[in-house]
Amino acid sequence: MSEQAPIERQEYNITVYTENQIGLLNRIAMIFSRRKMNIESLNTSPSEIEGIHRFNIVIHETEEVVSKIARQIEKQVEVLKVYFNTNEDVIWQEMALYKVPTDIVAEKAKVERLLRENGARVVVIRKDYTVFETTGHREETDNLIKILQPFGLIEFVRSARIAIIKDSDGFNRKLREFERAEPGHDVVENEFLNSREKVFTM
Amino acid sequence: MLTQEKQAPALPETDTQLSGSQALLHGFVVEGVDTIFGYPGGAIMPIYDALYDFECDLKHILVRHEQGGIHAAQGYARSSGKVGVVFATSGPGATNLVTGLADALIDSTPLVCITGQVFAHLLGTDAFQEADVIGITTPVTKWNYQVTDATEIPEVLAKAFHIARSGRPGPVLIDITKNAQLQKFAFQGYTPCDHIRSYRPKPIVRKEYIRQAAELINKAKKPFVLWGQGVMLGSAEQEFKAFLEKTGIPAAWTIMGAGALPTDHPQNVGMLGMHGNYGPNVMTNECDVLIAIGMRFDDRVTGRLDKYAKQAQVIHLDIDPAEIDKNVKTTVPVWGDCKETLPLLTQMVETKQHTEWLAKFREFEQKEIDAVIREELFPTSEEMTMGEVIQQLNELTKGEAIIVTDVGQHQMVACRYAKLNHTRSNITSGGLGTMGFALPAAIGAKFGAPNRTVVAVIGDGGMQMTIQELGTIMQSGIDVKILILNNQFLGMVRQWQELFHERRYSFVDITSPDYVQVAKGYGIPGRSINQRENLVEALQQMLSNPGSFLLEVMVTKENNVFPMVPQGCSVSEIRLK
Ligand SMILES: Cc1ncc(C[n+]2csc(CCOP(=O)(O)OP(=O)(O)O)c2C)c(N)n1
Ligand SMILES: [Mg+2]
Repeated sequence: MSEQAPIERQEYNITVYTENQIGLLNRIAMIFSRRKMNIESLNTSPSEIEGIHRFNIVIHETEEVVSKIARQIEKQVEVLKVYFNTNEDVIWQEMALYKVPTDIVAEKAKVERLLRENGARVVVIRKDYTVFETTGHREETDNLIKILQPFGLIEFVRSARIAIIKDSDGFNRKLREFERAEPGHDVVENEFLNSREKVFTM
Repeated sequence: MLTQEKQAPALPETDTQLSGSQALLHGFVVEGVDTIFGYPGGAIMPIYDALYDFECDLKHILVRHEQGGIHAAQGYARSSGKVGVVFATSGPGATNLVTGLADALIDSTPLVCITGQVFAHLLGTDAFQEADVIGITTPVTKWNYQVTDATEIPEVLAKAFHIARSGRPGPVLIDITKNAQLQKFAFQGYTPCDHIRSYRPKPIVRKEYIRQAAELINKAKKPFVLWGQGVMLGSAEQEFKAFLEKTGIPAAWTIMGAGALPTDHPQNVGMLGMHGNYGPNVMTNECDVLIAIGMRFDDRVTGRLDKYAKQAQVIHLDIDPAEIDKNVKTTVPVWGDCKETLPLLTQMVETKQHTEWLAKFREFEQKEIDAVIREELFPTSEEMTMGEVIQQLNELTKGEAIIVTDVGQHQMVACRYAKLNHTRSNITSGGLGTMGFALPAAIGAKFGAPNRTVVAVIGDGGMQMTIQELGTIMQSGIDVKILILNNQFLGMVRQWQELFHERRYSFVDITSPDYVQVAKGYGIPGRSINQRENLVEALQQMLSNPGSFLLEVMVTKENNVFPMVPQGCSVSEIRLK
């Protein structure tokens, strides 16, 4: 066999288009927990289409495992489509909030500068504390924790990751295919099958 | 006194006020349901109340435990090819379904289960008999849904039937709160569902893969077909046979696939897997092209995966895309319903005979006969073997019966040796290996195929797991032949302890009640034998009895099932002793 699946584990961004259905989050989460797999990050949100939900799930795994998981997710009745992509294939962001004592920030010009250099933005300023926000990749939001720790970081929280697939043209056209009782090939367009074309030759 | 013929309510006109329960039952009638297995309770009482008026359309079988109910529905679905239906109440009624749901999911059995639930306003309050049934059953259902408003019922039920029976079938569960069962609404009719936009039951057939598969098959010197239940689920037995006969390829079955091709078809080379036949297991690692049809490469079939068919090009026909490459890497995936893909493939393959290759299987078979089978079926030992009981049963039924098996040594023996002339004739708990399956499943199988003889082959352990269903037999008057193969042990576990745990027989010694007395208590005639000279006559008595009959056969205590692929070994390391 000519195909050589990379064995290294790396971050994969799984994008799931679904119906809005109570219990579906649970059903999808169980696909991972059943296999004792950790979900690094999970976000649910609306998508470009009204009524269609979009899950962003991040896991650290091999491509082989991710592709199997993707098919297990896609098998769920209320799931329309699953994609998985490496970090290079997506534009992704995470948001973080940092709460620090206001007096320190006000006193130390250095803190001001560091925040500015790291692209942090003030969300609220109160007498007792100030909340900053940054948006970016994991390393960027992590970096600011280290910077703020010496200045009495009171609270930190980071959001789940959201990701846009670079070479996706959205789900609108595909949805129309799904709505037809006899869909065209578009619906089965799939990473797996496309790679097969190269794999097998007689 | 005048007896009044009960009339089932006709399908009401649009805008008629119906309760959720009535709407539900009308839906069942439209879906063609004739039999329901169930058990009532507080939270499902409105549905049972409505059922009272549907008696002539919907036959309700009162089981003795909800696990029995769901296994019966499985047996019904497996023998008839229709969707099995189960009713249970909230809380304990619903949790008693869990084993059957898991069993039906892994064995792709179409079921629609209805559970009652507490009133919607009580959800989450730890109300009496409240359990999070949707949460509990999510991992063991193909789909589940909680209804809290009666107006949803027709649409949800229609969806449930569509999901249960289409694509790769499976169990679905609808949990209906009591208020929704009672609530009156303007009924808008019942329309069966055939499309859900997020659900693709059948992947689109890709002709290029079929062409590639055909090319591989045409070039193959030693092709080998493995088939599973998918052939039956797709009602593709004829298409499968046509493919086999044109290509001349030897074919072996998983226990879930048994019977899709008659046992004595010349290309049927036997059973795969841990206790399968010698030839098929060894040849898996010698063939050049492996064609898997409607099977999922379960570990009991493949043994050690990294030594499984590594030399072969693998063609995998399956309706479930998630099965492709799941366990065994495929060279050519043929997605789709084999009812559609097999004829396309048959068109493109050359007519061939693989006489020499087929003869090799027969050589292995001869070795297996000499080492195992002859002594098992025609023992020289004093005590009876399980194999000879099945052999004599074959002689009497001529392969016409439905054999329902429980789990353990008797299951493996029955599956190995039962003669099956027809499809849907071997009903067993394959994927989950659920002891206690056989007795209730046999009841359901008989309801699903009333004109066939149904024989439940059960161990002394499994019989005691769902023995209460003798009550269901008694009350329904159903005709099920119960054949207990009593080795006075949890035999399969004992075999493993003997072979892999230095004969440390830890808690496998099991006593039995006097089954004949127990059966008698339920009004079922019975007999127990321990002498070979009585075997044929006792089997005849069982089969010719006009109703149910229980026959206990005392067999040798410490027999082992061979051949065997020990766990963690490759299929080619199969042991004959
Ligand atoms: C519900 C359940 N519990 C436990 C097991 C494990 N198990 C598999 S086979 C077996 C022994 C079955 O004994 P018996 O019914 O007497 O059949 P035999 O093997 O003796 O033919 C056991 C305990 C199981 N499969 N199912
Ligand atoms: Mg036993």
